[in-house]
Amino acid sequence: MGEIAPMRRLQAGAHQGRPYGGHYMTDKNLRSATLLVHQGRDRDPYTGAAAIPIYNASTYHHPEGQAGEYDYCRSGNPSRDQVEEAIALLEGGVRGFAYPTGMAAIGSALALLKSGDHLIAPEDLYGGSWRYLNTVLPQQGIDTTFVDTTDPAAVEAAIRPATRGIFLETPSNPLFKITDVRRVAEIARRRGVLTFLDNTFMTPLLQKPLALGIDVVIHSATKFLGGHSDLMAGLTTVADAELGKRLKHFQNAFGAVLSPFDSFLLARGIKTLKVRLEAAQNNAAILAEHLLAHPAVGRVLYPGLPDFPGRQLHHAQASGPGAVLSFELKENEQVGRLLRKVKLPIIAPSLGGVETILTHCWSMSHAAIPVESKRRLGIRDTLLRVSAGIEDVEDLWEDFAQALA
Amino acid sequence: MDADFQSCLETRLVQLGVGRDEKTGAISFPIYPSATYRHPGVGESTGFDYTRSGNPTRQLLEEALAVLEGGARGLAFSSGMAALTTLFLHFSAGDHLIVSEDLYGGTYRVLAQVFGKLGLATSYVDTTQVAAVAAAITPRTKALLVETPGNPLLGVADLEALGRLCRERQLLFVVDNTFLTPVLQRPLELGADVVIHSATKYLGGHNDLCSGALVTRDPELGERLYFLQNSTGAILPPQDSWLLVRSLKTLSLRMERHCANALQVASWLQGHPQVTAVYYPGLENHPGYALSRRQAKGFGGMLSFRVRSPELACALLKRLRLISFAESLGGVESLMTLPAVQTHGDIPEPERLRLGICGSLLRLSVGIEAVEDIIADLQQALA
Repeated sequence: MGEIAPMRRLQAGAHQGRPYGGHYMTDKNLRSATLLVHQGRDRDPYTGAAAIPIYNASTYHHPEGQAGEYDYCRSGNPSRDQVEEAIALLEGGVRGFAYPTGMAAIGSALALLKSGDHLIAPEDLYGGSWRYLNTVLPQQGIDTTFVDTTDPAAVEAAIRPATRGIFLETPSNPLFKITDVRRVAEIARRRGVLTFLDNTFMTPLLQKPLALGIDVVIHSATKFLGGHSDLMAGLTTVADAELGKRLKHFQNAFGAVLSPFDSFLLARGIKTLKVRLEAAQNNAAILAEHLLAHPAVGRVLYPGLPDFPGRQLHHAQASGPGAVLSFELKENEQVGRLLRKVKLPIIAPSLGGVETILTHCWSMSHAAIPVESKRRLGIRDTLLRVSAGIEDVEDLWEDFAQALA
Repeated sequence: MDADFQSCLETRLVQLGVGRDEKTGAISFPIYPSATYRHPGVGESTGFDYTRSGNPTRQLLEEALAVLEGGARGLAFSSGMAALTTLFLHFSAGDHLIVSEDLYGGTYRVLAQVFGKLGLATSYVDTTQVAAVAAAITPRTKALLVETPGNPLLGVADLEALGRLCRERQLLFVVDNTFLTPVLQRPLELGADVVIHSATKYLGGHNDLCSGALVTRDPELGERLYFLQNSTGAILPPQDSWLLVRSLKTLSLRMERHCANALQVASWLQGHPQVTAVYYPGLENHPGYALSRRQAKGFGGMLSFRVRSPELACALLKRLRLISFAESLGGVESLMTLPAVQTHGDIPEPERLRLGICGSLLRLSVGIEAVEDIIADLQQALA
C-alpha cells in the first residue's frame, strides 16, 4: 500500500507569490458602486475565489494549542467578517457588526446603556423598536422619554443628568418626520450623550450618519441591504474604536451573531444595492406623484415631493428621498377594498425588497403600539406604507389605479 | 404572480416565485432539499417523486427560464457544459453539426475530445457569414450551434437569416444566449429552436454558482431533452436553483449597468495609444453594430481588446488592482481573461492564431462597479 499523501493545505497567496485579497479596497477612495461590489474583500486569500467561501465551521483548529485569527464561530467567522467590514466601509466606520435580525442589532447597540441610564427616542418609530424601548429596557432599569425629535430644543429639554443615549430614526417610520441629525448630534456631544440612528430606510448609499456626528449607526439589513425578502439580518457600525471594542464584547458575549450562510447572502445582496435602490427610488417618486393626484388619496408622505415639509432638511443630510412612502386614503372603507383588490404588491410588514410591499401600518408594522398612542401620533388606520420594488413602474401604477378605482 | 401582470420582463423577473407557496404566502419560494417524496398511495404521486426527476424549487426556475426566453420548456443543469452535453446526447453517431468558430473553448473541447470519438462530426464555420454556413451543410447535418456575440471576438451572427436557412434545410437551430441573456436578445423569437445558457454568467451574475440552462420552443423537443436530463442526471441542485431565481430578480438592472459601463470602457480603450483594436458590438465601427441594433436590445457587458504586445498583456494582468484576472464572465465584479491561455487554451494553436486569438488579446467582462474606477484601473495597468 502506498503512502498516504499529506493533506493539501491552503496557504494565503501561496500560488502566485502575492496575496489575492490584499486591502486594496481600503487604500483608495473608491466610489460607492465599486465599494458595494468589491466590499472589504473581494477574493478569497487562499484560492482567489471570486465569492468568499461560506465557512460553516463552528470551531477552528489551534495549531500547537495557539489560536489563530479565528478560534470559534461566535467570536469571528470569515464569512461574517466580509459583511462586517462592508458595512463599516460603506458607512465610514472603523468597525461593523452583524446580527441575526435588526432588533438584535438595536438591542446589542443599546447594551451600551446600563441600569439607571435614561434614553431619549422619537415619538413615531418602528413598532418593534417602540416595543423594545417600552417593555424590555424598563425591566433593565432603563427609562425612555419619547419626544418630537424634529424639534432639537425639545430633545435638549428632555436631557436629564442620567441621560446616556438619544435614539433617532430619520425619515421616521411611517410618518416621514425629518430630524436634523447634525443639530441633535451636536447637542448630544455637548452634553456627553451617545447618539444612535436607525439608517434602514436610507442605507449608507443615501445617508451617512457617522459623518453627520452620530455615534452608532444601526440597520435592519433584512430590508434594502439584503434586498430580496429572503434573509433576516441586523448591522451596526461606529466611528470610534473604543465604542467598537465594547460592541464587539457585547456581540461575542450575547452571541446574537449572523450565521455564515446569511452573511454570504447579505454580502451578495449588498453588491447590487446601488442598482436596486436607484431603480426603486425612481419608482417610488413616480408612485408618489400618481398617488398625490388621485382623488381617493388624502395626503402623501414622501421626501421627494416638492411640498414635503422636511424636504429641504432631508436633502441637506441625505442624497435621495429613498424608496419608501406613506399615503392616507380619504375613506376608511377604501383601505379594505384596496388591500383586497391590489394584485402585484406583497401585503405584508417589512420593506426594502425587490418586490413592492404594501403595509397597513395600523395593523402590521405598528401593531405593537397601543391604539391611543397611534392616534396621538397621527398614525391613522387609513395610512398605508409602500416600499417600492424594482418592477416596471407602469405595471405597479396600473395595479394601484385599478385597486383604488 | 397574477396573470394580469405578464407584460413587462422587469416585473416578471422580480415577481418570480411570489405567491407560489400558497400555504405560507412566503415571498421567497422555499428551498426543497428533499431527495425524495412520500407517495400518497400505490400508483399515486404528488407530482414529485424523486428530485432528479423533479423538484419544486428547480421547477420554479425552469418555468421562469422558459417564460423569459419565450419558450415552451426550460431545463436547469449543474453547469453550462452539462446543459450542452445533454443537448449533444440528442444526436446520434454519424450526425454532423455546424458550430460557430468563434466560440467558448470548452465547447470545442467536448466536441473534439468526447463527442468526436462517439461519432458526432463537427464543422467550425464563421457563422457571421450566412453563405459560409449554407456551404457547410451536408446531408448528415442535423443542427447549427451559434454563439452570438461570439467568444472572444464578439462577431455577430444574423439570427433571422440563419433561422430561415435552418428551417429550409431542416436543421435544429441552437443559439447560445449566454452573453446577452433574454433581457437583451430573445433568439426563439428570431427563429431559434433551442436556447442554451451558461447560467453561471449573467443569469447567476455574482460569480458564486455554476449552472446551465436549455430552453426549447417546441414542447415535444422539451420533453425529449427532459428525458435526457432525467436519464443522465446533470441537474441543478435545489440550493443553486433557488440562488439562481434570486439572481434573476436583478437581471434586468444588472444588464442595464453592464451595457452602460461596457460601452464607456470600450470607447475609452479605443482612444488609448497602447490598444490596437477593440471588439465591442456597441462601437459604431464594429462590423456587427447595425445587426446588433436590429436583433438585440443592447450590446452586453463583454468586450475584447488587443494591446501592442503579448508582454504588455502579461504586464497589464499583473498590474490590475480592481479587476480580477480570472476565467468566467458575467458577474457584478469586472474580470479579465487571457483567452489564448485560459478560455481558449484547448483550441490547437494554428487554429487559434488563424482566428486571431493570440497572446496580446484580452477579454474583459465589465462589471457594475463605478465605471470611473474600472477605467482608472485599466489606465494605471496600461501605463
